[in-house]
Amino acid sequence: MRPVGPLVIAIEGVTKLYQMGDETIHALRGVTLEIHRNEYLAIMGPSGSGKSTLMNMLGCLDTPTSGRYEFNGQDVAGMVDDELADIRNREIGFVFQTFNLLPRSDALRNVELPLIYGGVPSHERHERARMALENVGLGNRVHHKPNELSGGQRQRVAIARALVNRPSIILADEPTGNLDSKTGVEILTLFDDLYEQGNTIIVVTHEESVARHARRIIRLHDGLIASDGPLN
Amino acid sequence: MSRILYEITEAVRIAVAQIRANKMRSVLTALGVIIGIVAVTLMGTAINGINVGFNNSMAMLGENVLHVEKWPWLTGEDWWKYVNRPIIKPEDAERLNRLIEATPNSQLETAVFVHAKGASVKAGTLTVSGVTAIGSTGNFARIMTAEVADGRMYSETESDGARQVCVLGSDVAQALFPGRSSLDETVMVKDQPFRVIGVLAKQGSFLGLFSFDNQLLMPLGAFRKYFGIRSGNPSIQVKVRDKNRMDEARDELIGDMRRVRGQGPGEPDNFTINTQDAFKEKLDPITRGIALAGLFVTGLSLFVGAIGIMNITFVSVRERTKEIGTRKALGARRRTILLQFLIEAVSICVVGGVVGLCLTYLLCMAVKIAMPSFPLEFSVGLVALSMLVSVLTGVLSGFIPAMGASRLDPVVALRYE
Repeated sequence: MRPVGPLVIAIEGVTKLYQMGDETIHALRGVTLEIHRNEYLAIMGPSGSGKSTLMNMLGCLDTPTSGRYEFNGQDVAGMVDDELADIRNREIGFVFQTFNLLPRSDALRNVELPLIYGGVPSHERHERARMALENVGLGNRVHHKPNELSGGQRQRVAIARALVNRPSIILADEPTGNLDSKTGVEILTLFDDLYEQGNTIIVVTHEESVARHARRIIRLHDGLIASDGPLN
Repeated sequence: MSRILYEITEAVRIAVAQIRANKMRSVLTALGVIIGIVAVTLMGTAINGINVGFNNSMAMLGENVLHVEKWPWLTGEDWWKYVNRPIIKPEDAERLNRLIEATPNSQLETAVFVHAKGASVKAGTLTVSGVTAIGSTGNFARIMTAEVADGRMYSETESDGARQVCVLGSDVAQALFPGRSSLDETVMVKDQPFRVIGVLAKQGSFLGLFSFDNQLLMPLGAFRKYFGIRSGNPSIQVKVRDKNRMDEARDELIGDMRRVRGQGPGEPDNFTINTQDAFKEKLDPITRGIALAGLFVTGLSLFVGAIGIMNITFVSVRERTKEIGTRKALGARRRTILLQFLIEAVSICVVGGVVGLCLTYLLCMAVKIAMPSFPLEFSVGLVALSMLVSVLTGVLSGFIPAMGASRLDPVVALRYE
């Protein structure tokens, strides 16, 4: 067993209600969860289980209807839009299934984006973005536009972008969903390396093969945590 | 704070990339703004040009000269009120001058009797008709706005002695003696020989109506002899010492003139003091009309343009909803997104404004080449004005869609396909 790092995320009794026409949907019915530094965590569950809602909550894209959410000791539950944006910028690195790169900007520009929103001066931005790209093995692709890169390379750019602000957690939503299996394995190997370097990684997936890379698996069912435990 | 600066540079970069990627769409969208800017700048250049031309023409009249005449300028009606007034005589001018000399601290400097009539001027086989023959005393040189470019003005003695000498306007001189000096040549006016002793510098035309270069000055004595001064519309031109005290000078002149005419109290003036203000009053409604028409066209096309830009910004927001979600996930605040789309809308407008300005400039050049006398003046102020209008249009039309974009829920935006 690895030693347990400091607490990053503390969620307690979180619920989320959606209004869909006349119907009220209970996406989360009371989730309690703690995530520590340098954990590698997979969140699994069938569609409709509240998996995406929990991910949005963890990523500070959304706030709970009720319950507590503390991120590095800060109360996120009561934050307004712009405060959440700043938390996302500093603390969370997003990796999306569809990469979500800006099509007209080259790799370097894409990776620089979080630094622009973080108010980092331009020379330092270039430096850090270039280093992040080298870190994911794309040091020779910095000036390529997304459409000049393969799927795997695009996801690497996205990962570099997620890492560039040295966030507390990396939140990956089906990161291999749009990749062939060989490239998917490469990306997962990259995640393994990042975990070994001390990063905290949360992967949301419905694929067992992806989840198996994580050290801890949380299974959701009907808006509740059905199981939470180390990989067995 | 530096962050907002980086955000703005990023927004400008994105906007430029966006416009370049959608050139056709951007230009079509900017069309309304282009037309608006062309309208506003053309209107501006026309008004500028008219004003400049007008002021040049006014300078020809002399801005510190009062004209004592029987008739007021530019008044068509009520002619019966003026028709029985006594005609202006040279003696009136002499008496005025004596009064001016006798008045301590007079605002008036000198009064000169001037009379003008149409004439034909011949030299050898060449004839120029429609020349304005002007008869005056030698001190007219102190009042007239044209300089004697070549030779000299006739003297007081030559004037009193009715010597047959003359000073030619530049056009007359050129027409009669093409390519050579006209000094000491003889021209025939009313079949009488006049020796040319001077040529006036070129002045241009007055309000595009008649030319000061198309005239001939001769001593009053000779004018009286061959043209007569008991008919037509003679005047006394009075030079004022200080052009900033024209009203005072005018009041003094009215008093003096009433004494010259021996008018009793309560009797209405039997003369009129004309100044260039009479023309200004006529000009104002013309420029106002142009401005009104221009503003209407400008307003309409800018309104249409603004709607187009608002629409295209809505489209742009919709197309890039997922990008907005991504940016928000990466830490873009509401302000960031708002700025991005506002700057995009403003950029399209500014592009439209620049294109509009270039079009106007080319149009002005074309008009200048085709019609050199047509008054158009391009100015820096107009460039600034049209840029301001463009930016304002962009901000106003981009605000609502940009606001909508900035308030998008990142979760919803990220899911958008």
